[in-house]
Amino acid sequence: MTDLAQTATGAPANEAEANARRRAQVRRSLARRNRAETRFKMLGLGSVLAAMAFVAILFGNILSNGLPAFWQFTLETEITFDPEVINVPDRPVRQAGQSDADYQAEMLGWQRRLAMVNWNRLLIAGVESAMAEDGVTTEIDARSAQSIIDSGARFVLRDMVIADPSIIGQTRRLNLLLSADGDNWAKEKLSRNLPDERQQLSRPARDVIDALMESGSVHRSFAWHIFTNVDSRSSPASAGLAGAFMGSFYMMLVVLLLAVPIGVASAIYLEEFAPKNRVTDLIEVNINNLAAVPSIVFGLLGAAVFINIFHLPLSAPLVGGLVLTLMTLPTVIIATRSSLRAVPPSLRQAALGIGASKTQMVFHHVLPVTYPGILTASILGVAQALGETAPLLLIGMNAFVANIPATPLDQSAALPVQIYLWQGNENRNFFEERTFAAIIVLLALMILLNALAIWLRSRLERKA
Amino acid sequence: MNATNNSGPMGGNRIVPSAPASAASAVSRISAKDVTVHYGEKQAIFGVSMEVPEKSVTAFIGPSGCGKSTFLRCFNRMNDTIEGCKVGGKITIDGEDIYDPSLDVVELRARVGMVFQKPNPFPKSIYDNIAYGPRIHGLVKNKAETDELVESSLKKAGLWKEVHDRLDAPGTGLSGGQQQRLCIARTIATGPEVILMDEPCSALDPIATSIVEDLIHELKEQYTIIIVTHSMQQAARVSQKTAFFHLGKLIEYGETEQIFVNPKEKQTEAYITGRIG
Ligand SMILES: Nc1ncnc2c1ncn2[C@@H]1O[C@H](COP(=O)(O)OP(=O)(O)OP(=O)(O)O)[C@@H](O)[C@H]1O
Ligand SMILES: [Mg+2]
Repeated sequence: MTDLAQTATGAPANEAEANARRRAQVRRSLARRNRAETRFKMLGLGSVLAAMAFVAILFGNILSNGLPAFWQFTLETEITFDPEVINVPDRPVRQAGQSDADYQAEMLGWQRRLAMVNWNRLLIAGVESAMAEDGVTTEIDARSAQSIIDSGARFVLRDMVIADPSIIGQTRRLNLLLSADGDNWAKEKLSRNLPDERQQLSRPARDVIDALMESGSVHRSFAWHIFTNVDSRSSPASAGLAGAFMGSFYMMLVVLLLAVPIGVASAIYLEEFAPKNRVTDLIEVNINNLAAVPSIVFGLLGAAVFINIFHLPLSAPLVGGLVLTLMTLPTVIIATRSSLRAVPPSLRQAALGIGASKTQMVFHHVLPVTYPGILTASILGVAQALGETAPLLLIGMNAFVANIPATPLDQSAALPVQIYLWQGNENRNFFEERTFAAIIVLLALMILLNALAIWLRSRLERKA
Repeated sequence: MNATNNSGPMGGNRIVPSAPASAASAVSRISAKDVTVHYGEKQAIFGVSMEVPEKSVTAFIGPSGCGKSTFLRCFNRMNDTIEGCKVGGKITIDGEDIYDPSLDVVELRARVGMVFQKPNPFPKSIYDNIAYGPRIHGLVKNKAETDELVESSLKKAGLWKEVHDRLDAPGTGLSGGQQQRLCIARTIATGPEVILMDEPCSALDPIATSIVEDLIHELKEQYTIIIVTHSMQQAARVSQKTAFFHLGKLIEYGETEQIFVNPKEKQTEAYITGRIG
């Protein structure tokens, strides 16, 4: 080979040289490419880490601010259901031959009598008995004593009597919620050095709380009422999310029942059956544009159409659900169409090839393989709607509503709006924590929904 | 370019426009006349006419892009599903115009089954893959009938032995060759008269290919088969008739042996000897 290279006018030698040059060139460019790759990997890793750090900061902040709200201070004390204070006749018993309406009227009259009872006297007596039990001797006036306990406790006592009138005359050991001011003081949210006139509780009330905390009668308990009570202005300490939760629940139900079937059906029609022409192109463009419309515009539309034209009630979850449906529809349509488009043509050919009609092809073969995609898209759409606030403000869902809606047509609050309302509450000291607690509940629901989407997806994919 | 069927004795037999009366032993069931296909503005098939004999295998050969698949798809109107595709001319099966507007294409596709290049079983169980067609066409009334049809179809496709104990397993979990035989069984199950096959072995290894070829050999006792293939050996092995296409035109059509041994047209000879392709 070597002598051949010399004899044949050096051509092979040149060739070897050229090969070596080419290899060197490739090696140089390879080094450059590897550097670029490393750089890109580092950048990617960096941005993932940054994103994770932001999420960690966000969650850390929310949890550290909101979790304490789930434990509120309570006063454990003996309450005597004093018959002199609860001066009401016996609970009416249904007489033989009494009509339903008569009995109801009598029952209502009895409950009205109960509502007029001065329950505060029992609460003040309760504070005093706790002090006596623990040997706290601070002088305390009735008003200060009353300010320690949440005013919602009145209804707790009243409901106990309604449930079981024989309790009158007996003594029960109860865990009563401290008032918002009392809770603030116990959680040391106010500086203890502030002068009296800038404190929300009187000096005796503060001293009694401190003393009872020392002796253990005032202690933290898990605040179950956040999940079972509705919002309240008069007794903020016992305000809860139940009303807002049910409102959001009804809205999600409306969205699920309307946006998902309508969205999926329109997507199937547009993608599989509609002729491809100007009109369908126009519709496609408009759907894409709708997806980009700010949500507050949907709120305006909802107010104009559902409330002004169709005269549906203000603040009703049905209207909220309809508005959110409008907002979610384009998302569902677009996601469904793209999963339909991702179905390989070979599957369609297989179905048509053995004589399936177009409808059979779509419903027997194409749709089943797109279920996971459609499902995920629907759940994510619903989750997005769950967190939407702006359009709800425009249809009156920011009104203060103090009951749990029994139907989607009742007035109601909604979770994100509740966050907004609590955030704006004037009792900042108490409600800041509360706001974060509501955010935790909302986020937990979202995470739950997303987890459901992931779980359903993997299940359906395994089956397919 | 008007080719006709001709089942006369081999050797030196030329394709002539009118077949001799003595050659009428095989009845022509499928006949195409002046078929043209356009994809939008572009014409893919230029006036092709041919008679496909019953219960035999007819092979379509020709260089890539010459229109074999396009022409094949005319026989079960799969071209209808392609946006912008227009078919002209006339195709009849048993004298019935399959492009007649009153004819239901769904019924046609039950009569003219198709096997595709890439095995495409449904993402369902083996059993359901086969039972689906008969069910939608109302060919089976109860479970027992369905079971029977599934078994007989799988047996005809030579797959029964391999899968009889796992009919509930997904069809997509079979090997490539088994999947293709499953697709053939699926087609057979709807009781077609004609089976179209578009390069059914191109995704298979040589062993699976020879199994499918044997299967085609048996199936021709019962069905009229048209097969598109890129393998000249395959055409020679399985088919009785061969049609050679080039640039959308039917160049030559005749007995397979004659086409390979003694091609009439220069272009056919050039393709067979490997000079175009
Ligand atoms: N869906 C389509 N839209 C537009 N043109 C098409 C379409 N399908 C095929 N064609 C064109 O029609 C001509 C014939 O294509 P066809 O697929 O029938 O060829 P073929 O002989 O089957 O080729 P191959 O052997 O590669 O499968 C080609 O020029 C191709 O580009
Ligand atoms: Mg082809």
